[in-house]
Formats: sequence, structure tokens, C-alpha cells
Amino acid sequence: MKSYWAVVSARFRELLQYRAAAVAGMGTQLFWGLIRVMIFEAFYRSSAAEHPMEIDEVTTYVWLGQAFLALLPWNLDLNLRNQIRTGGVGYELIRPVDLYAYWFSRSLAWRTAPTLLRAPLLILFAFIIMGMHTPASWEAAGAFIIAMAGAVLLSAALSTLFNISILWTLSADGMLGLAPAIVTILSGMIVPIPLFPEWAQTILNFLPFRGLVDTPFRLYLGHIPPGDLPMLLAHQLAWTVAIVIFGRWALSRGLRRVVIQGG
Amino acid sequence: MLNSVHLYMRYIEISVRGQMQYRASFVMLSMGHLLATGVEFVAILVLFARFDNLQGWTLHEVAFLYGMVNIAFSIADAAARGFDLFGNMVKSGDFDRLLTRPRSTALQLAGQELTLRRVGRFAQGFGVMIWASVAMDVSWSATDVALLMMVVTGGVCMFMGLVVIQATLAFWTTETLEIMNTVTYGGVETTQYPIAIYRPWFQRLFTFGVPLACVSYFPALAIIGKPDPLGSPLWFQYAAPLIGVAFLMVTLRLWRFGERHYLSTGS
Repeated sequence: MKSYWAVVSARFRELLQYRAAAVAGMGTQLFWGLIRVMIFEAFYRSSAAEHPMEIDEVTTYVWLGQAFLALLPWNLDLNLRNQIRTGGVGYELIRPVDLYAYWFSRSLAWRTAPTLLRAPLLILFAFIIMGMHTPASWEAAGAFIIAMAGAVLLSAALSTLFNISILWTLSADGMLGLAPAIVTILSGMIVPIPLFPEWAQTILNFLPFRGLVDTPFRLYLGHIPPGDLPMLLAHQLAWTVAIVIFGRWALSRGLRRVVIQGG
Repeated sequence: MLNSVHLYMRYIEISVRGQMQYRASFVMLSMGHLLATGVEFVAILVLFARFDNLQGWTLHEVAFLYGMVNIAFSIADAAARGFDLFGNMVKSGDFDRLLTRPRSTALQLAGQELTLRRVGRFAQGFGVMIWASVAMDVSWSATDVALLMMVVTGGVCMFMGLVVIQATLAFWTTETLEIMNTVTYGGVETTQYPIAIYRPWFQRLFTFGVPLACVSYFPALAIIGKPDPLGSPLWFQYAAPLIGVAFLMVTLRLWRFGERHYLSTGS
């Protein structure tokens, strides 16, 4: 356990070195969030009908999305990719640690460190100048934090699975292109799930991805009552466990056929 | 001039032949690119299913705009790959090699690579535009087709101009600035919806500051025959794409200016 903790903290300190990049990234995200908010505002102005989410809720939802963007499992660990391509992955195999747990810890740090850098400042900005709202209630805030923890675990499990897929494809480019597309649309990042057609919502509510965005954000808004938390947490954790089991299986299969690239 | 065109064609031929060595990989990457960029259109479909119009714009009208912008961006994105790589070339000092050759550096960078897998976004944008124009019964008179050609040309120039600016800044910063992505990728995101839906300062930014609306929104109105809620005259809608070409000329000027201030990193 200690060695995995060391991996997390080392990775964390490494990423914390890139503070300037974090600030630049924040500017980009504020701009991006603003575009999204204006598009939603325009759609809401166009129709007087009752909608499953208020525009104020959508605005706050968009800003939460920008703040926690880095938490989504949408890029791959490029170090790992290079290792697999150059044969460096051989060193990973001789370490006296459980390889899956080791990669999972790396993913965990990779997801949380940049988020912790960006989220607080971005949320502050969004509160002050962009009209973001505070959580619906203390219970909602609590439920949000707990569901966020679930989202982090789910995200790390998915990241690890995406990384393992490089063992098959060797080139990560395909996965790098597809992962963000799949994750952002299915998690409700681009369009909140309640705005989808009914039939699509049934599917999206079953899939694991909603646990990354939809679940915690709507708990924050009070759009889902805090009382539903146990059920939603079970959904997140069940999927996390399933993905971890599948990832372990895929990793062991992948390693059996992996060719250590020489040179 | 003719010689430069010939040389550029040679560069591209080599780049294409190189990429075609990995044909299976090319097909997979293109398909991936098609799906990845396609989710944005899925989002538009979802929103229209819920709201049915966007300030008086129908799904088909927005889809037409979306297709046009994505066609132009995909071509520019494929052609300007060399300028994307430029930041690394400055850092590693490889740019010095380009300076020793008796051809303009902009030409050499543009010739670095024509990224063929961008055909994914292109195909997707093209498909959406055709679908929308059939659904709307666009007459496609000779003037419409000519205007569309102008829009694509102007749009490609415009997006390439933005990438050139981004690269030019690297002469001073030795680092390509992520913040410029707000006007390239952010510009695509913005202009695939009608500019009239945004706040006034934002409309002005993308009309006068970074005139992306001139190669998307305004000419699109002329093609689909829709009156402009912002009140632009018809002659302007026809002339607007030329601004894209002018924009690229200006940015190439800036590029030459930056080049004279280049200090090699020496590594």
C-alpha cells in the first residue's frame, strides 16, 4: 500500500510544477465555458415551454463542468504510451508491485492533481463574474462531495482501462481521439442528460459515464434530491468494480501477448 | 511564384506518399476522427430535439453553417500542421535549418505535412452540409456554388492565418501559446452556431477582431437566402469571404516580421 501511495504523491508533485500552464489553461476554459453558456441561453430564450432544467441550473452545471474538466478520463498517460512503444514497459513488469494497482494509482494522481490546481480558482471566478450558484443546500453540498469522490474512482478506473488498451493498439492516437468524444457526450458534459430525449436518457442513465458528471453535478444543484445518494453511489461503485475487474483481466491478457519492442 | 507552387506540390506529394505507407492506420485514424468530431453534431441534434429552434434558426440552417465551418477548418487544420510543430522546432533549434534554405520559411513549414486523417472531420462536415442543403431545398445556382467556393477558400485562409499568428508569437515566447486555441478551436465552436445568438461584445469580437463570422455566418445567410437579424447588407455577405484571404496576407507579413526577430535557442 505504501508504494502505491508513493506513486500518487510523486506524480502529484511532478504535475504541480506546471503552474503557469494551469493558469493559461484556465483562461481557455473560462472562454470555452462562456461560449457554452451563451449557446444554452440562446436556446432557452427561443422557447417558452417548460424544460427539465432551468437555465440558471444549466449555467452552474456548465461552470462545474469547466472546473472539473481535468477529472474526466479523456487523455492518456503519455509516459505509459512511450514506454509501451519503446519497450520500456519491460521495466514495469519487473517491479515488485501489482501492475494494475500501480497503473491505477498513477491514473488517480493524473486525474486529481490538475483538477485541484484548476478547480478552486475557476470556481471562484465563476462565482464572482459568471453567475454560478452555490449548492442548493448543505445536504446537497455534502452529497456532491461524496459523489465527487465516487467520480474520481470511476474516472481512474476508466483511465486505466484506456491506458491498457494501448497494449493492443500500440499507437495511442486512435484512443486519444475517441476517448474524449465518447466520454464528453455520454457523461452529460456537452449536453446535460435531462435535456436528452427520453429513450436516450434510459441508456445514458444505465451506462457508467453519468457517474462522472451528471450524478455529482445534479446533486450539487439539488436537481436530484440528496436522499438518492446511496443509490447513485451504488451505481458508481458497481461500475468502478466492474471496470477494475475487466481492466485486470485485460491487462493480464495484454501482457501475455505483449512484445517488448527492442531498440 | 510558379516555382514555389511546384515545390509545395512536391512537398505534399512526399507527405501523402509517406502517410500512405500505413494505410490501415490511416483508415482507422480517419474513422476515429470522423466519430470524434461527429459528437458535436450529435449535441446539436439533441438540443434541437429539445428546443426545436434557436432564435428563429432551424436545425437545417444551423447544420448548414456547421458543415461549412467544419469543411474550412478541417482543410486548414490539415494544411497548417507544420506551423503546429513550429514551437517544438524553435525549442530544439531545428528551425535554423529552414533558414539556411533559399525558400521562404512559411512555404517550407506549410509543406511539412498535409495531415490526411483530417479527412474525418471534412467528410463529416461535408455530409452534414449536403444533408442540410437537400432538406432546405437550396437551389445551388452558379452564384451560390461560386460563393461557397469563396467561403471555403476564405475560411481556410482565415484559420491558417490564426495558426500563423500562434506560431509567430513563438518567435518571442519559444512556446506555442495554448490561449490561442480559444480562437481556433473556440472559433469553430462559436461560428458553427449563428453569431447573432451571442452577446454583442462577443459578436463584435468575431466580426471585427477575429473576423471568423465573415467566412461563415454572413455568406451562409446569402446562400440559404435568410435575412440577417443583425442587418448586414447583401453585398457585404458576398464580399465578406475576401476578408479571410486578406487576413492571411496580413498574418504572413507579421510572420516575416517575427522571423527577423528570431533568436536561435542554440540547442
